[in-house]
Amino acid sequence: MTTEKRDSSDIDVAYVAHLARLHLTADERECFQAQLEQIVHYVRKIGEADLRGVEPTAHVVPIRNIFREDESREGLDRDEVLANAPSVILEQFQVPRIVE
Amino acid sequence: MDVKSLTLTGAGELLARGDCTSVELVTAVADAIRRTDAAIGAYLTVDEESALSQARAADEARAAGRMGRLLGLPVAVKDVLNVRGQPCTCASRILQGYLSPYDATAVARLRAEGAVMLGRTNMDEFAMGSSTENSAFHPTRNPHAADHVAGGSSGGSAAAVAAGEALAAIGTDTGGSIRQPASFCGCVGLKPSYGRVSRYGLTAFASSLDQIGPMTRSVRDAALLLEVMAGRDPMDSTAVDAAVPPYAARLREDLRGVRLGRPREYFVDGMSAEVAAAVDAATRRCRDLGAEIVEVSLPHTEYAVAAYYIIATAEASANLARFDGVRYGFRAAGATDPIDMYGKTRAQGFGAEVKRRIILGTYVLSSGYYDAYYLSAQKMRTLIRRDFDAAFERCDALLTPVTPTTAFRLGEKTSDPLAMYLGDIFTVTANLAGICGLSVPCGADAGGLPIGLQILGPAFGEEVVLSVGHAFERSRA
Amino acid sequence: MSKLASTIGLEVHVQLKTRSKMFCACATAFGAPPNTQVCPVCLGYPGAMPVMNGEAVRLTVLTGLMLGCTIPPRAKFDRKSYFYPDMPKNYQISQYDMPLCLGGGVEIEAGGRTRTVRLTRIHLEEDVAKNMHFETTSGVDFNRAGVPLMEIVTEPDLHSPEEAMAFLLALKQMLLYVGVSDCNLEQGNVRCDVNASVAAPGDPLGVKTEIKNMNTFKGVFHALGYEIGRQIAVLEAGGRIVQETRRWDVDAGVTASMRTKENEHDYRYFPEPDLAPVELDAALVEGWRRGLPEAPRERRQRMVRAYGIPDYDAGVLAADRPVADFFEAAARGSKNPKAVSNWIMTEMLRLLSERETDIRNVPVAPRALARLVEMVDAGTLNSNKAKEVFAVLFEQGGDPDRIVGERGLAQVSDEAAIEGMVDKVVRENEKSAADYRNGKQAALQFLVGQVMRLSRGKANPSMAAELLRKRLG
Repeated sequence: MTTEKRDSSDIDVAYVAHLARLHLTADERECFQAQLEQIVHYVRKIGEADLRGVEPTAHVVPIRNIFREDESREGLDRDEVLANAPSVILEQFQVPRIVE
Repeated sequence: MDVKSLTLTGAGELLARGDCTSVELVTAVADAIRRTDAAIGAYLTVDEESALSQARAADEARAAGRMGRLLGLPVAVKDVLNVRGQPCTCASRILQGYLSPYDATAVARLRAEGAVMLGRTNMDEFAMGSSTENSAFHPTRNPHAADHVAGGSSGGSAAAVAAGEALAAIGTDTGGSIRQPASFCGCVGLKPSYGRVSRYGLTAFASSLDQIGPMTRSVRDAALLLEVMAGRDPMDSTAVDAAVPPYAARLREDLRGVRLGRPREYFVDGMSAEVAAAVDAATRRCRDLGAEIVEVSLPHTEYAVAAYYIIATAEASANLARFDGVRYGFRAAGATDPIDMYGKTRAQGFGAEVKRRIILGTYVLSSGYYDAYYLSAQKMRTLIRRDFDAAFERCDALLTPVTPTTAFRLGEKTSDPLAMYLGDIFTVTANLAGICGLSVPCGADAGGLPIGLQILGPAFGEEVVLSVGHAFERSRA
Repeated sequence: MSKLASTIGLEVHVQLKTRSKMFCACATAFGAPPNTQVCPVCLGYPGAMPVMNGEAVRLTVLTGLMLGCTIPPRAKFDRKSYFYPDMPKNYQISQYDMPLCLGGGVEIEAGGRTRTVRLTRIHLEEDVAKNMHFETTSGVDFNRAGVPLMEIVTEPDLHSPEEAMAFLLALKQMLLYVGVSDCNLEQGNVRCDVNASVAAPGDPLGVKTEIKNMNTFKGVFHALGYEIGRQIAVLEAGGRIVQETRRWDVDAGVTASMRTKENEHDYRYFPEPDLAPVELDAALVEGWRRGLPEAPRERRQRMVRAYGIPDYDAGVLAADRPVADFFEAAARGSKNPKAVSNWIMTEMLRLLSERETDIRNVPVAPRALARLVEMVDAGTLNSNKAKEVFAVLFEQGGDPDRIVGERGLAQVSDEAAIEGMVDKVVRENEKSAADYRNGKQAALQFLVGQVMRLSRGKANPSMAAELLRKRLG
């Protein structure tokens, strides 16, 4: 698996899929590489526009300072929460051993 | 009881007069689903038993003198919204086994007015798609022509309403996902302004673009459902604290004094002549109803699809990172460590289109590319908003096509994602600008496939958009 | 002998003192059973959305103001993406380029000098969950996920493990002073990442390594000591330092390279679309600034001036804000602040440490201590009896006059009464009386002791000595 990024501005599907934690088959990799190159080529047209001095829009609504009061409330029932878990150990979500 | 052409408002009147009960209504709708849904595939799950018990409760409440704007009225909900105690698959394998422990705010508000939760409608996986072919379970077919798509991503909701399998349904719209399937299936679909309806409980695709909206058989029904769902929510910081007008009561029948704009960039080469003709005819009809028609320009339209696919996929890549097999949903077997578990779970749990968009979104945010893609797209968003601001200086609402063509054939675009994306050209702009948009039926092509008229209004201008839609709809009746 | 010098920067994560989590209303209480303080938001459920805890923002800004930071007019939150089982959403809501506080500094005393360690920034983020490791699997408890964490980042201004320790202690004192965190290290309230590099003086900075997630100051101290030594040894042996993340192994006393591939960083930051930007009103921030407590150093200096106590005393008292508050409350109404200081530095701090409690938890009122000092100074109570009274006050509170009255502890300074006792003692201890007359001074101490015994400790000892001298003289 490629973990080094390519130097060119072309999309490297294998590298990006690794960042996104998606195992791809060889067929998928090949198919996505071709399709996404085409799509990336298309969206790159954004660079043709004159965007100098334009402020980016992160929110379309003029919101600021939306705060909650610091009050605590009862959360979800643990049995309900753990019933959704694929695997449980000692009232915790079980995962394969984490190596640090 | 014939529910095929019954509106929500009409059904409400039947219940109010005592001409039928909620149980009868729900039974009739469930019967319709049983009869037709095998051929359409609008639903993912129907919980008739639960719906009937809610209906009984509504009938008892009515008998006890209690009221509710939707008391006893069944509503179908796109499978992307959390409804307490129900699955919420988002038409994905990755949410296999997940049961919602909570209600989305929009759902809670529908319930509070007495609505009956009938079933969950099909969609493109995680709302990514324009045809409902990306459902992990089955595609939804167009009720007007079974070999054509219902549109997407809220294709199940649109088809259910059009096929008589629901009086009304809830959809979501990130780049046209309410308006486009409404147009393809011939029903009414409203994408409210960003911030009008709380997104709490809506499984996020693109957080800065998503909105929940109604899909109905009449503009009045859409107004009614919006009234119920809209308003501020302490659980969603982006739900704006603005008064919710009585939309249904304020609908107008004529358009005197209303100025409607025709954006020239929305009438392009390559679009279907029948679609153009239908929208032109609808525009003339609005003029006949008293509206003044003006030409306007939205010069940055050509960059909208590019900006949209950068922003939407970038946000999606983060929003969908939580589907990892740790806390809920599907987990792939045989993983040796957490990283392996993520890779396998997500590989097996997500479909091709979701994977493509996650990869694109991850790419545009990755080190060294942020400025060229995401930041540029956000700047383009500013320019697109300014285009609309300038247009709405000159008119109250815009009339445009919803899509360049009518519903395409199943499988026609599945191997060419870019072609599929380009079909979103007339709808993504409203999401980028945060404005509202309504799709109302305005005709059909030679093959009988519906054509939609899009009415775009300024942010929080739902009142005018609904009025234009209502007046137009009445004039065709 | 090494000519290489070390350069150190710290990132200190501090858990803020809030009732609820950063973006949801779940409780933050420590020690709850696993996964009992969770909700759709902090579990990263589909559809859940964050809403900002205003108090966490206020506490972070208060810290910034206390540490001399600039509070920018606009701050925002961003998503920081990386996959890890302790991350409910696999992105952390943090602050990338527009944090709540910029700049500032912390004064430290190291090597007999006082200097300022500059801060880069302070930002606010959400904590992650806690992993438990079992034989072949791990378990995740999300109670801690979403707890507000303030990250304080220093410039590379520190040059030894001792300085790092001095910084952490000074920082902790400031945080306790403002009251933004309990700074309870046992509960993981303060966790540090450190960056360290070595280079010859005058050379550009060397390649740095990062040691992550240490939850004791001693750990930071020892890890830095080890790591700097390791780097010097590598360089002196002609090797190269690799930029990497390392882990402090407490048991082995070494740092070790982390094996995970998390050394490759591509966090894909972008603005959090679900949260509004923070634009605090300048007048509001100014109001918070005015409400700040005095910093420990200023307080120490002021207390020397205001109460005429020695700098050493002021330093001890000012180290802990509630202790200083108590002292000032007592000293303000006292003619003898030094005596008040003595009582606090000896009896009070001794008892507090014995009981492992806080001055705010004991019933003794500052007014009562001031009165006790007054009674001793006026001669109504001798110092042994005063200790008894203090012990009662410490346990039960109350009014010293009443305690003295009820227990009959008042010092007897009545000349006639003491003279009677002196007569009796001299009569019964003829040998000692003779010894004194023969010039044996120590015998007087014994006789005074006998008078005290006879009075059950209440006699004024100096008066007893005086009368004894007169009687035997």
